[in-house]
Amino acid sequence: MIVAKRKPIDEIKEMLKPYQKILVLGCGSCVAICMAGGEKEAGLLATELAMAFELDKTPKQIDNLTILRQCDKEYIEEVKDKLKGYDAILSIACGVGVQYTAEALGGEKILLPGLNTTFLGATVEAGTWAERCRACGDCVLAEYGGVCPITMCSKSLMNGPCGGHEKGKCEVDRNRDCGWVLIYERLKKLNKLELLTAIHKPKNYGAVKRPDKIVHEAYQTPQITQIKEAK
Amino acid sequence: MEFEPKILAFCCQFCAYSAADLAGSMRLQYPPNVRIIRLLCTGKVDPLHLLKAFQEGWDGVFVAGCLEGECHFLQGNLHAKQWVNYVKKLLKEIKIEPERLEMFNMSAAMGTRFADTVREMTERVRKLGPSPLNSHRVTENTEK
Repeated sequence: MIVAKRKPIDEIKEMLKPYQKILVLGCGSCVAICMAGGEKEAGLLATELAMAFELDKTPKQIDNLTILRQCDKEYIEEVKDKLKGYDAILSIACGVGVQYTAEALGGEKILLPGLNTTFLGATVEAGTWAERCRACGDCVLAEYGGVCPITMCSKSLMNGPCGGHEKGKCEVDRNRDCGWVLIYERLKKLNKLELLTAIHKPKNYGAVKRPDKIVHEAYQTPQITQIKEAK
Repeated sequence: MEFEPKILAFCCQFCAYSAADLAGSMRLQYPPNVRIIRLLCTGKVDPLHLLKAFQEGWDGVFVAGCLEGECHFLQGNLHAKQWVNYVKKLLKEIKIEPERLEMFNMSAAMGTRFADTVREMTERVRKLGPSPLNSHRVTENTEK
């Protein structure tokens, strides 16, 4: 899932200054799971902001609403009318949600980001999320026993380790596990240590065109071939 | 006239709520500033409840749960403690004194401790003065 973190309150307040009627729009998917932008967080942020502006003697109307996903038109369509009356919408979805809600609303509404989108990660324990994928577009997990060197190694080394690890910890940050020690341990467990002898070519960072777009084969513009053949 | 703080207490029914009951049976005197909301467990406390209480104008809020390690739902009181700390951080961010919110632990047999807790909280909030939100609202009304 996409993991995000709330922006500092002062930054959010500064963004909202020019507006009077504000809606905090939550997203009930990834950011709800990482407790940054779900229904509860939308309620908390709206309440906190309402109090903060009241204390600053510039009270504002701050409501909140959460939809299931801000990256799918259908869910935005459903609440389109409700969003009309607001001067600005503070979206607490990931960067995708903020941009896509603005697009789905025809670019006519001011959409502001309440979160900083940080990484693609997993819930490692309740309340803790950790990065697991860089979305590089050219997955190499098969060659490394299922531990990603791009993500888990601080230096994204394809051929490691670098020699800077100490007791399994990375030299870049001693609190962080060395990705290459993780790869070694996993391969040892899988009895596939021979994979370490391979020399890997430099990573193709051009595998993904940025910004990229994927169209499923079944959804490409249909070609009317039969009629052409008949002609 | 001396400022009388309004304090809201979220009390677990297995401990603090019973302790409040016991304080009554023991005829212990404590400040009448507190209003109690009974919960099945302090683990039920939602950060939104705590934040909304301040928005509604309460000068102080406390959560009172079982002694640590003795929660009837195993860790409800520990979760409550973490949420209280989180909401303290949110209050600090918007310049409301975090001391206005506190977590206490007691057993059902601690009627005296409940009375002491209410006394401690009342005194603490009295010293801090009315909630910044309240003082702001009062000035606004007087100006009108």
